Amino acid sequence: MNKAATFLIAFTLMFLGVSACMAAENMVEIKGSDTLINVVQKLAETYMKGHPDAGISVTGGGSGTGIAALVNRRCDIANASRGIKSKEVEDANKKGIDPKRVVVAIDGLSIVTNTQNPIDKLTMDDIGKIYRGDVKNWKDLGGNDTPVNLYGRQSNSGTYDFMKEVVMKGEYSPNMKSMNGNAQIVEAVKQDPGGIGYVGVGYVKDAAGINVLKVAANPGLGYFSPLNSMDVKTGNYPITRPLNQYLNGTPKGAVKDFIVFELSAEGQKIVEDEGFFAVPREYQRYNNDLLGISDNLDSSTTKYSVEGRDGA
Amino acid sequence: MAKHDNFREKLIHGLFFFNGLLVVIVLVGIFILLIVKSAPVFKVVPLKDFLFKATWNPTATFVAPSYGMGSMLVSTLMVSIGALIIAIPLGIGTAAYLSDIASPRVREIAKPVIEILAGIPSVVIGFLGIVLVGPMISRIFKLSNGLNALNGSILLAVMALPTIISLTEDALKSVPSSFKEASLALGATHWQTIVKVKIPAAISGIVAACMLGMGRAIGETMTVLMATGCSIAMPKSFLSSVQTITSTIAIELGEVPYDTTHYYALFAIGLVLFVITFIINMVSDIVLRKYQKVVK
Repeated sequence: MNKAATFLIAFTLMFLGVSACMAAENMVEIKGSDTLINVVQKLAETYMKGHPDAGISVTGGGSGTGIAALVNRRCDIANASRGIKSKEVEDANKKGIDPKRVVVAIDGLSIVTNTQNPIDKLTMDDIGKIYRGDVKNWKDLGGNDTPVNLYGRQSNSGTYDFMKEVVMKGEYSPNMKSMNGNAQIVEAVKQDPGGIGYVGVGYVKDAAGINVLKVAANPGLGYFSPLNSMDVKTGNYPITRPLNQYLNGTPKGAVKDFIVFELSAEGQKIVEDEGFFAVPREYQRYNNDLLGISDNLDSSTTKYSVEGRDGA
Repeated sequence: MAKHDNFREKLIHGLFFFNGLLVVIVLVGIFILLIVKSAPVFKVVPLKDFLFKATWNPTATFVAPSYGMGSMLVSTLMVSIGALIIAIPLGIGTAAYLSDIASPRVREIAKPVIEILAGIPSVVIGFLGIVLVGPMISRIFKLSNGLNALNGSILLAVMALPTIISLTEDALKSVPSSFKEASLALGATHWQTIVKVKIPAAISGIVAACMLGMGRAIGETMTVLMATGCSIAMPKSFLSSVQTITSTIAIELGEVPYDTTHYYALFAIGLVLFVITFIINMVSDIVLRKYQKVVK
């Protein structure tokens, strides 16, 4: 009888499952962009050192995955390397979610090639032609007679969308290899003499053995490198983008506390140490408005558009 | 006491019956769910175009989205059949060695080791594909990148091997020993006995083993996602980067807006995969039954 009873209990437990996912008050769940994952993880680690009672988990999966998780109430903060799409806002509103955006860092999306490739600069137009599959050999752009090998991200990546909507203004060539993340693109391009890839600047700042190209919006405006922080911050480097976090409504409690930390001088120092760029003033003002923090920054205008959506 | 025991028997009976029934309910439930969820896509895309057209770009914004799984279907079949081409000779050879040639001591060590091979997580195998098999392929074939269909085939062969080896060994073992003895008595060598007597006698068991190995390979996701390069174009050869059905679902399902054509299309390619594995399993089951009859 004992055996049968044990069996029955085990069986019942199996069905009930251990659904004791008790969310503690200080638990913050962050999910999304693979471009942001390293820097946000670092921020969370540092934050938790000062707040031993807080628990922050940071996972990747891509910007689209993060925003979908926010909409489905499976995370508190969605990391996104692109702006939220109007379709996603609609879906969120239907489910009673009010997505609010905070800008935590600035990225210069970097175009990388192999060190054997003599080409050191491209225009936005060239990059579009390459990724749309219109240019198939580097010699067409004045380089070696080597076929172009495209490396990109998978379609759940915000960088994938940003590149398509803002830089290429067209569809990707079906021959592009879709890699899992920024680091995998850097590794692949290092090995491939005909390779080209796009990654967040945080992944190439100290990278050896890879070319980081200078890019021009058009040849007349001059070529700029994403490695020069001034050119990224002023927007001279044409593929500059804000890295965002989306929240449900105005943040409160632990979420707000963590975001205030991210945007503090200490937080922004970590952002720069990880290879990205600190948030410039107009975004600071935008963030402070959302967080309800008064500031006394002056009101200069710049090239950034402080809108919910990027590009398109 | 007797009455008490009777109740216990009945309870356990009922429990096991319910368990057995549950499996059937789950299977039928999954099948119905896949059909219901994928049906709407065929109102938008004709079945023929969906299956055979080679342009898959559901998130297109500058041109109309396209839903053609042709290249994925070819990629999936290529990678799995490639895996079988590698795994079948290796698997049958190993099984024949284990069942007929190896000393009991060797067998005692080798069998558990092969079973451990089946327990390696697929993500670890995928990792080996990126850091070990990929660079090897690119060096041997002078390619700039080793993430391609061949890489996927090699890794899936490794994953299908334990299934093929252990089922083939079972099949070879259940060939009555009189067959072997008669063959050896007639003056046939060990090699001739294995190749001309034992393997033909066990052939349906071996075929079933290979089919189940293929079933294992075709549904594998993480390994191919990591190691095949994920390029959606129609593959030109085993050295092209490919994206299988499973990879596509894994990449796209996480962010697809619910109840859109794209969402239904992902269920539809899942349905196609389900039908393929279902057919493979059915065929292997039929072959296995036939074989059991012959031996008995």
